[in-house]
Amino acid sequence: MEGSHAVAHAVKYCRPQVIAAYPITPQTHIVEALADMVANCHLDAEYITVESEFSALSACLGASAAGSRVYSATTSQGLALMFEVCFNCAGMRMPVVMSIVNRALGAPLSIWNDQQDSISLRDSGWLQLYAEDNQEATDLHYLAYKVAEDRNILLPAFVCFDGFILSHTYEPVDTLTQEQVDRYLPAYRPLHRLDSEDPMSFGMFASPDYYMEFRYQIDKAQKDAAQVISRAGKEFGEMFGRDYSEMVEGYRLEDADCALVAMGSICGTAKDAIDEMRRDGKKVGLLKLRTFRPFPEKEVRSALSGVSRVAVLDKNISLGAKGAVALEVKDALYGTQVPVLDYIIALGGRDVRKKDIRGVVEMAEKGKGDLFYGLRQEVL
Amino acid sequence: MALGLGCSARPGKAQENRTGSWRTFRPEFMHDRCTKCGMCSQVCPEGCIGENDEGFPVPDYDYCKGCGLCVEECPSQAIEMKKEEK
Amino acid sequence: MAEESCTLFESGHRACGGCAAALAARTILDAAGKDIIVVSATGCMEVFTTPYPETVWKVPWIHSLFENNSAVASGIIASLKKQGRKEKVIAIGGDGGTFDIGMLCISGAFERGHDFLYICYDNEAYMNTGIQRSGATPYDASTTTSPAGKCSMGNRRPKKDLPMILAAHGAPYVATASVAYLPDLKKKVEKGLQTEGPCYLQVHAPCCTGWGFEGEKTMNIGKLAIETGLWVNYEMEDGKVTKVKKVVRKPVDAYLKEQKRFRHLFKPSRNEPEIAKIQAMADRNAERFGIDIKLKK
Repeated sequence: MEGSHAVAHAVKYCRPQVIAAYPITPQTHIVEALADMVANCHLDAEYITVESEFSALSACLGASAAGSRVYSATTSQGLALMFEVCFNCAGMRMPVVMSIVNRALGAPLSIWNDQQDSISLRDSGWLQLYAEDNQEATDLHYLAYKVAEDRNILLPAFVCFDGFILSHTYEPVDTLTQEQVDRYLPAYRPLHRLDSEDPMSFGMFASPDYYMEFRYQIDKAQKDAAQVISRAGKEFGEMFGRDYSEMVEGYRLEDADCALVAMGSICGTAKDAIDEMRRDGKKVGLLKLRTFRPFPEKEVRSALSGVSRVAVLDKNISLGAKGAVALEVKDALYGTQVPVLDYIIALGGRDVRKKDIRGVVEMAEKGKGDLFYGLRQEVL
Repeated sequence: MALGLGCSARPGKAQENRTGSWRTFRPEFMHDRCTKCGMCSQVCPEGCIGENDEGFPVPDYDYCKGCGLCVEECPSQAIEMKKEEK
Repeated sequence: MAEESCTLFESGHRACGGCAAALAARTILDAAGKDIIVVSATGCMEVFTTPYPETVWKVPWIHSLFENNSAVASGIIASLKKQGRKEKVIAIGGDGGTFDIGMLCISGAFERGHDFLYICYDNEAYMNTGIQRSGATPYDASTTTSPAGKCSMGNRRPKKDLPMILAAHGAPYVATASVAYLPDLKKKVEKGLQTEGPCYLQVHAPCCTGWGFEGEKTMNIGKLAIETGLWVNYEMEDGKVTKVKKVVRKPVDAYLKEQKRFRHLFKPSRNEPEIAKIQAMADRNAERFGIDIKLKK
């Protein structure tokens, strides 16, 4: 089934009470599928056709505060418009789950994939999970709700998967059944909610005497989420056979000389390229990051401290500096002497083929990195 | 006191903020002129004008900011502002 | 109706002495009762009522951002519907958060027809941030971003007619009220809550600090606004004006000269052309709404 539809099914099985979404390419198939389900009584949810993404997340925040499980989806420009609400939502500890169908940010306007949108909100306090394929994109939604709603965490979560590459491609997906999901994901039980029987004020303002402590609490919840993700991922594996207890996944990394690091669908291409390179005798491996927030610092360090070089495939760039993933991997490896080379790749939907991955590894072997891979010089 | 998750709280603590300390003038209520119309109590932005057993208005000076709205709106001129003696 | 008067909005808040917004909040809660959820925009009312850990709201209350209380309210309403709960949702915002930055969300919420009451406490400027001009600032009013000066008469534009805009969205009940007439305000809050669909109530809230008058005159100034025709208290049902407060009209001077924000119209000398323009606006209001009580000769 199409990636978007698989995700829509997953969301349906999570039984959100309120969905508020605004259409934006390439997320539209998800929200259309959900609207269709609601219209045909397959999904018993209040569906709010809001007037902008800003309002979509605001409405989700309100519904969550009133005690409902909620859902939204967006990408790129829409996520950028939600910037203010994202920080607000995490700060108010509302466990909203939102699909991010990764797409490049304008300007220039682009509808095609890269991961700049979600990565640019890495400071916001939202948990960030990245899917390699449609199966993972589907499963991570179940995981995301379970972790977000954990009473020790209570943080909103992005489930990120690459626009068009995953959302609009057809793969066989096991979406589970309603009964299975109900076993894994019980109904949302809010810690506090807007309730006239127990009136509380939410979203008060904090003076300098309190603000830091509130921010510390969010950071602590992020760091504590690592364990909750692991537990929830293990439980998923025990119930359904697909284990998500690790925040990172090594592929042929044990004796690797050169380790690639990547997130999302590019990992699929990378794995195929690695198999080819291995046949040719090159000792290459991949460290796939499934979780970007919280950043799996310890796991990255542990997985990569033995390799000779690390080549990070960054589908994003912190303009004026480097790719965000490379910067954080470097930080995790600080003190180990392992060189980390950054390759800005596939921005704005530029295709990545196995030969491009080979090209990156060849450059890394020569110590050539920290560059935009595959720039079309004839255009510049 | 545990931090209220996400900067939230139940009501109650505001009672400790005794805004009466803001005053420079205080309203004095003259019950002999008062008709118990209840206007003063209605117009007080602090909501700090209560009632005694006889139904006459009694301000809570812990919260009265001395704004003078009750004085201005009393139809019987039964309230007067006097300088606060500290 | 609340059994006791105003116990849902406690003392101990940090509003200026004589604050119309505080008075409005007390009155609104008294009329609305305890089975409500209040969604507040950023602004004076939000700031003076909820400095963590103090809150004076004894009803469930939420503040998210400056401009999104209508959108947050939309989500709350959907959630309550799903849960089968009966609380009524009241979104409250100042004129800044309603007329300007909040336009997107309030328009969307009204277009979708959510069942809630939006109350705007209109103090005619961004008061919380220091008296800057908003879309509700009246013509010639001096604010910090539309100050009167050697080459300026203050705010150049008339008030945005938001009640009409929202009535055009199909709101079943739209009304204006004032802290100068509290029983009327309470009735309108009740009516807005009882009417199904998105209802709008704009409450004139003269700001002593921002407009430049003594706190004790708050209701007085509100009355003058109405008596001069510069503010009209009216009700609209399904887009038609059904009730209007009639007055024996006073010339606009009576209102303008009481406020420092209009002082430049009188000092160093009376600015006849500008005052005449404002008088014309009042006259137009009078005609449009029929506020003049015809005195028998």
